[in-house]
Amino acid sequence: MPSTFSYEWDTPAYKGKTSFNTGLFINGQFVDGSNKTTIDVVNPTTGKVVGQIAEAVEKDVDIAVDAAQKAFDSAWGLNASGAKRSELLWKLAQLMEANLDELAAIESLDNGKTFGWAKGTDVSFAIQTIKYFAGWADKIQGQTIETDERKLTYTRHEPIGVVGQIIPWNFPLLMLSWKIGPALATGNTIVLKPSEFTPLTAIRLCDLINQAGFPPGVVNIITGYGHTVGAAISGHSRIDKVAFTGSTLVGRKIMEAAAKTNLKNVTLELGGKSPNIIFNDADMEKAVSWTTHGIFWNHGQACCAGSRIYVQSGIYDEFLKKFTEKAKAIKVGDPFGTGIDQGPQVSQIQYDRIMGYIESGKADGATRVGTDGYFIEPTIFTDVKPDMKIVREEIFGPVGVVIKFEDEEDVIRQANDTTYGLAAAVFSQDINRALRTAHRLQAGTAWVNCANQLHANVPFGGFKQSGIGRELGEYALHNYTNVKAVHVNLGHEL
Amino acid sequence: MAQTAVVNVPKLNKTINVPTGLFINNEFVPSVDSQERIDAVNPATEEVICSIIAGSEKDIDVAVAAARHAFKTTWGKNITGWERSRLLNKLADLIERDAQELAELEALNNGKPIKIARDFDIGDSIQCLRYYAGWADKIAGQTLECDNTKKLAFTRHDPIGVCGQIIPWNYPINMWSWKVAPALAVGCTIVMKPSELTPLTALKLSELVVEAGFPPGVVNTVPSLGSVGGAALAAHPDVDKVAFTGSTVTGRKIMEAAAKSNLKKVSLELGGKSPHLVFESADLEQAASWAALGICYNTGQDCTAGSRVYVQDTVYDKFLAVLVDKVKALNVGDGLDDATGAGPVVSKGQYDRVWGYIESGKAEGARVLVGGEKRNSKGYYVDPTIFTNISADMKIVKEEASIFGPVLSVGKFKTEEEAVILANDTSYGLGAGLHSNDANQCMRVSSALEAGTVWVNQYNLLCNNVPFGGKKQSGIGRELGSYALEEYTSVKAIHWNFGEKLEWPL
Repeated sequence: MPSTFSYEWDTPAYKGKTSFNTGLFINGQFVDGSNKTTIDVVNPTTGKVVGQIAEAVEKDVDIAVDAAQKAFDSAWGLNASGAKRSELLWKLAQLMEANLDELAAIESLDNGKTFGWAKGTDVSFAIQTIKYFAGWADKIQGQTIETDERKLTYTRHEPIGVVGQIIPWNFPLLMLSWKIGPALATGNTIVLKPSEFTPLTAIRLCDLINQAGFPPGVVNIITGYGHTVGAAISGHSRIDKVAFTGSTLVGRKIMEAAAKTNLKNVTLELGGKSPNIIFNDADMEKAVSWTTHGIFWNHGQACCAGSRIYVQSGIYDEFLKKFTEKAKAIKVGDPFGTGIDQGPQVSQIQYDRIMGYIESGKADGATRVGTDGYFIEPTIFTDVKPDMKIVREEIFGPVGVVIKFEDEEDVIRQANDTTYGLAAAVFSQDINRALRTAHRLQAGTAWVNCANQLHANVPFGGFKQSGIGRELGEYALHNYTNVKAVHVNLGHEL
Repeated sequence: MAQTAVVNVPKLNKTINVPTGLFINNEFVPSVDSQERIDAVNPATEEVICSIIAGSEKDIDVAVAAARHAFKTTWGKNITGWERSRLLNKLADLIERDAQELAELEALNNGKPIKIARDFDIGDSIQCLRYYAGWADKIAGQTLECDNTKKLAFTRHDPIGVCGQIIPWNYPINMWSWKVAPALAVGCTIVMKPSELTPLTALKLSELVVEAGFPPGVVNTVPSLGSVGGAALAAHPDVDKVAFTGSTVTGRKIMEAAAKSNLKKVSLELGGKSPHLVFESADLEQAASWAALGICYNTGQDCTAGSRVYVQDTVYDKFLAVLVDKVKALNVGDGLDDATGAGPVVSKGQYDRVWGYIESGKAEGARVLVGGEKRNSKGYYVDPTIFTNISADMKIVKEEASIFGPVLSVGKFKTEEEAVILANDTSYGLGAGLHSNDANQCMRVSSALEAGTVWVNQYNLLCNNVPFGGKKQSGIGRELGSYALEEYTSVKAIHWNFGEKLEWPL
C-alpha cells in the first residue's frame, strides 16, 4: 500500500510539519514497487533513518514507460497545444511557490543543505526555472526555408516522445526543474529517477503535478537505484532520449547502454574540476569572497565548483591568508540552526569518499565535527603537485587546492590540462586580460569576476568529458525536440 | 480628484463603476487645462452611458513626461525580464478574474455580444498577455565573430523607450492587449490613447494595471479626440515610437507628423479590402461559412473583413445560394441579449457612413441579394448586405476606403490568373482568403496574393504567436508573434576591443 511520509520541525530556522503521499508516481497515482521493497531515507544531519520510500525495479520502469507512451499518444505530445502546456507549467510553478517553505524544509532535511540556502536558492530557482520554460511552451518554432517557388519546405520541432531523466542528489528539486521544464514545454512525457539519496522533494512534487492538472502519465517519478532503475532507463528500447546529471563514471555507462540498445539520444551533465584563476590585479576582497563561494557553496557538492584555485605569485600570500580566514569563518552545523552556513555532506558514502581524498592529500585540519552526521569542515590544500589525486580528480566536497602561478600562458595551460571542462572563473581588473583568458578556457561556462552564477535563461553545460548538450536557456529546448524537415512538392514534375 | 461613473447595465440589473479621469502615474486625474468631456454611447440604444474626461495636448505632455520618468527609473533597463514577466502574468490573471464585468462593459460601449466579448475578445487578450509575459525574460541579442583575438562584438536588444499607442474601437480590449503586451515585455513605457468612441474598458483595465503592481508611469491612458491626443502623440518630440491601428487616412497623418517632428519609429495597422477567392474545387459549404464569418463577424467591423468575394463561374450560382442562407442565419441585435450573434455598428458616424455606401451601391445599379434596408427602430443597426452584379467602377468596389460594415460584394472569375488579378487590384494588402482543394493551386495562389495574412480554406482566425500586418498601404510592421517584439526593440551593436592597438597615422 502506498504510504505517507510525515515529519515535524521545531527548529530556529523553521517550524512546521509535512505529511505527503509516497510511492512510485505512475499514471498520476502512487503505487508500490513490483518487488514491494523499500529504500531508507536518511537524515544526513543525524545519520538516522527518517522514513522509507518505495523502491522501483526494472519492471516498474516498463510500467512507467507504458504510462508515459499512452499519455504522449493521447493527452500530451502535440495533442496538447503549446498554450496548454504553458498554462500547466505555470500552475505548477505557482503551486511550488505556495508551498515554498515546506519544500525547502524537506530539501534541507533530505540533503543536509541549510534551510536558508534551500529556500533562497534551490526552491526559488526551481520555481523560476519552471516559469521560464512555461514561457517557451507556446513558442516552439521551426522555420520555413526558401528553396524554390514550387515547393513548400519547412521544419517542425516535434517532441521526442518518452524521455528518461536521471537526476543527482546535490540540488534535488532544482535539478528536477531543469529537467522537466524543457521536456514538458516541448511536449515530451517523462520517466524520471530521482537520486535514491534525496527522493523526498521529487515525491512531494507529485501531488502538485496532479493539482496543476497534468494528465496522468505525463510525468512519472520512480525512485530506485542507479544500477537497476537508472540502467533500465538507459537501456530501454522504448525510451528515445535519456538525460543524466551525475558523475562522469556513470555518464559513460549510460551512453554505453544507449549505444548498445536503441541509440537513444543522450545528454549528459557530468563532473568538473573547474579552475578559478586569480591574477595579481584582481580586486582582492571580492576575489576572496567569490572564491570561497566558488568552492564551498553547497558544501562543495556542485559540479561547477571552482576546486582548483590558481593564484598569481604577486598576491599569493595575502590571498591565501584572507581565503583561509574566510574558510575558517564558515559555520558548520545543523542546517536548521541559526547562523549556520554549511550542513552535513549528503551521505555516509560521500563522507567516506571525501575523507579518503583528504587522507590522500595528507592534509591536517580536516577533522570531523561532532560525532553524528556527515559534517566536514572546509578544507584547503596548498603545496600541491599537478599529478596529485586531489588536483586531478573531482572530490565533490568542501576541499579546495590552491596553486601558485607566474604567468598567463602557463596558468591557462594548467587550467585546461584536465579531461573536464564544465566551468572556469577569472579574476582580474584588466578587462582585456579577463576576456582573453575567459575566451581561451576550455569550459562551458566562464565567469569573469564572479563564480557559480546561474540564470534560467543562460545555457549551462560541459566541454570535453564534463558533458554533452546544454541545459537552461533556449538551448535546452534542442535536447527535447526532434527536427523534421517537410518537403511539400507543389509543382515539380519528375 | 477625478471621479467614478456608476454605469447602469440595462437588462442585467447591475452597475459597473468606471473611472472617468485620465490615467497618469497610476492615478486618475483631471485634465490640466481643459473642461472637455467625451460621451460614451451605447450603440444599441443610442443613449449616453457616461461621460469621461477628454485629454488635451497638455495632458499628453504630462503623460509622456510620466512615461519618460518611469522609463529612466523603474522600467526600461532598471527592471529584469523576470519581473516584467511576473507583472504581465499577474495582469492576465486579473483580467481573467474580471472577465465577465469587462465583457459587459465592452458590449455596452461597443455593441458586440457579451459572450463573444468574454470568450473571444477577452479570452484572446488574456492569452496574448501571457504569451508576451513568456517572452519578457527571453530577450536575446547575438554575439558575433569578428576577430576572436581582439574583439567582442555583440548586440543588445534594448527597449525603444516611450511609446505612443493609438487603438481603434472595433476590438477595444483585444487591440489594447496587442499593443500593451509586447511593448511592456521588452521594457518600453506607454502612453495609450484609446478610441474616443470606446474608451471605457481601457480605463477599467488601467485599474488592473495598478492592482497588478506596475510602477507608476509605465502605462498611462489618455482618452481624447484623435485630432487632439493622437496628433499630439504622433508629433511629440519625446515619444520614441508611435503605434497606430485605424484608418489609412489617419495613418498617413501619423506618419507625416512623425516625419516632421523627431522621426520617431512608426508602425501602422490600417485598413483592408480583403478578398476571398472561391475556386471550383472548394468545399462550397465551408467556403460559404468562412465567407459569412469574414463579413459578418464583429458586424463587419474588422480590418481584415472579407468584403469582396470572387467565385469561379462554374460554381458561382451554387455558392451564392449557400452564402445567402449562411448570412441570413445571423441574428443581429443588442449585445446584452444572449441570442445575439452580432451587434449594431459602433456609432452614428459609422452608421451614416456604411449606409452611405449601401445607398451608393443601390444607386449605381448593384443588385441587392440580402439586406440593404434600414430598420425602423433605435440603435445603429446595419443588417448584413450582399451586392452582386458589381462592376469595377462602382464606389463600393473602387473606393479605397474600407466600408467597415457588413457589406459584401460578390463577383465572378473564369481563370486562376484572373482571380489573382482581381484580388490584388487594390492599394490595400491586409488579408486574403482562398478556398480550394487543389494543393498546387493553394500554393501558387497563396504565394501570389499580395496580403500580409493569407488564409487557405479558412478566414479571420488568428493565433497570438503568428504575425499579423499589412502589405502595401495596409500598414507598416507586424503585430503578434515574436515579430512584434522587433517593433519595440532598438538594436545596439557593441564593438568591445580587448586586444587591438591602433597605429596612427595608418
